Amino acid sequence: MVTCLADMFFPEVGEAIVRLLRRLGVAVEFPRGQTCCGLPLFNSGYHADAAAIARRTVALFEGAESVVVPSGSCAWMVKHEYPTLLTDPAERSAAERLAGRTHELSQFLVQRLGRRRFRSAVGGRLTYHDSCHLLRGLHESQSPRGLLGNLRGSEFVELPGADECCGFGGSFSVRLPEVSTAILATKLANVEATGADCVVACDAGCLMQMRGGLARRGSRVRAVHLAEVLGDPE
Amino acid sequence: MSEPAPATPLRERAGRALADPFLQEALTIATTKFIGLRREAFGEFPEGEALRDRARAIKEATLQHLDQHLERLIDNVERRGGHVHYATSGEEAREVVLAIARRTRARMAVKSKSMATEEIHLNEALEAAGVTPVETDLGEYIIQLAHERPSHIIAPAIHKTKGQVAELFARELGRETQPDPEVLTRIARAELREKFLQADMGISGANFGVADTGTIVLVTNEGNGRMVTSLPRVHVAVMGVEKVIPSMTDLAVFLAILAKSATGQKLSVYTSLVNGPRRGGELEGPEEFHLVLLDNGRIGQVAGPLREALSCLRCGACLNVCPVYRQIGGHAYGYTYPGPIGILLTAMLNGAGAVKDLAHASSLCGACADACPVRIDIPRMLIELRREVGERRIAPWPERVAFGAFGRVLRRPVVYRLATRLGRVLQRPFVRRGSIRRLPLFLGDWTRTRDLPPIAARTFQERWAALEREGLS
Repeated sequence: MVTCLADMFFPEVGEAIVRLLRRLGVAVEFPRGQTCCGLPLFNSGYHADAAAIARRTVALFEGAESVVVPSGSCAWMVKHEYPTLLTDPAERSAAERLAGRTHELSQFLVQRLGRRRFRSAVGGRLTYHDSCHLLRGLHESQSPRGLLGNLRGSEFVELPGADECCGFGGSFSVRLPEVSTAILATKLANVEATGADCVVACDAGCLMQMRGGLARRGSRVRAVHLAEVLGDPE
Repeated sequence: MSEPAPATPLRERAGRALADPFLQEALTIATTKFIGLRREAFGEFPEGEALRDRARAIKEATLQHLDQHLERLIDNVERRGGHVHYATSGEEAREVVLAIARRTRARMAVKSKSMATEEIHLNEALEAAGVTPVETDLGEYIIQLAHERPSHIIAPAIHKTKGQVAELFARELGRETQPDPEVLTRIARAELREKFLQADMGISGANFGVADTGTIVLVTNEGNGRMVTSLPRVHVAVMGVEKVIPSMTDLAVFLAILAKSATGQKLSVYTSLVNGPRRGGELEGPEEFHLVLLDNGRIGQVAGPLREALSCLRCGACLNVCPVYRQIGGHAYGYTYPGPIGILLTAMLNGAGAVKDLAHASSLCGACADACPVRIDIPRMLIELRREVGERRIAPWPERVAFGAFGRVLRRPVVYRLATRLGRVLQRPFVRRGSIRRLPLFLGDWTRTRDLPPIAARTFQERWAALEREGLS
């Protein structure tokens, strides 16, 4: 599943994931007709619309053995909200089956494939930002850190306040843009204080927010997706 | 309904808060300190997690039979010689307190910190009736002097720096001093001692009401709660109906997690158990004790979408960790209860319409639910409120139209791809060196402070055919 933000704004992340999975011996398919997981609609309270999206997404991925998602928030949507949105018993059980087969990228690599060691594709010093849905929704903080900590050719440093929100929050970022940016400023100050060359995240929303803020302040730090720093497997 | 809507829009209120350097300094220092203390307290307390679950289960079980627990509380308070009043609204609660004040000819009331009395705007009503209310919690005392309202559930003056408090004391009390918290506290203490001795009435809230024994429990740090409930001849406690708990055994569970969540203390300095008026042979205590049970929208939520919020202990932990609260503070929320839980309580008290904007004052990061001692799923209920304001058409129509269109686009992949292509054409005049720095209309709200990546020359979907071939070779 490519998700809308990665499809439109970060297609290179999707490409990196496809190539990474192939190097690990995974056959990758891409069901046509994908749009968005529906999370923005769900979070803003438009649940009938979100349910319609959920219904078609469940059908699209019916045949897949595993579904790999580049964003923790979209993975959360599929795993936790789809089954509650779809009330028809047959639809719900299909949604539950999809939920069980859906994995955020770092979780797929570490927990499903058991792969933890990679060469760094970028070098330099890296730090990691916990995206909220991955951390507090899917309770995942260790898989990405394990991958980054073992990365050959890069140094990993912890980010102070790594578990604090970057201020994106979907439509929140344009409803209260000044507050969203103030939260972002705190995050970016912490990132810059680590001396890292890249801040890594597992969510396209956080990447859009952090990348936008870093570019505006003319920072040398880059915000990148986990898939972009994982090179050849070891 | 019961509280007036703020005069300015949320975004403007938030903007003012962001531009206030004193507020920013005070908030950052205080919330950072609270977060660290809370983390430390639970870090040293491995049983904490299980007790949080237990506390939530007690609250849930109590809500199941709220009427029976309240009846038992009422019986036991009356058995000990207290009087119980039931108020369905803030107005009724104010009337009850004012009637007691009139009958007992009270001229001055000392108050222990209470959000329930803030919620019903009791101080203004007392003043209008010729009774002088004196707040005796240090933070409340400060904001009363400043003619302000609390900006945090447990730290009402959290928005003020010590320098501002020193200036306030100089102006209002005529006492010039250094901005030293200890000196400032001593000044307030001396001022308040007089008031305790003069007051005819003591007004408190209640952290818990124990049904089995008819005991009202106050959790405080300054000892003022004890003076308020024992020195004046009349004591009135105003308690939200959801604060009833079955037994003293249950109380022990809550006390074990409340102070840790609020201030990081193992226990607060004072835990006062108030058992009604003075009885024969006792040396202290009020002649009269009144318990005002406050509904004000609570009962309606026992079977409503905000039910979970009735488990709230008012510890303030969700405020301290909330990235939005940490930036804008409590006043910007515009109602009595600020922060993530405050949005839910505001909806409970004033209806969903009151929070049509506030429900969106959250990035849904979930830090609040994580910090909540009774694990209230605040983000879930914020989404519920958003849904309600959308479905009841309280949300602005342009927003409803936009989301409706968005939903239709996402249901049709062909339209989605067309929209992507259209966006790529429309963005052309704005792309500079691979980044968008300025956009018109509502999109400008993003680009005013951040760059936006342009829609890629070729989306992932457009690249897939090549990627697929690459896999076959």
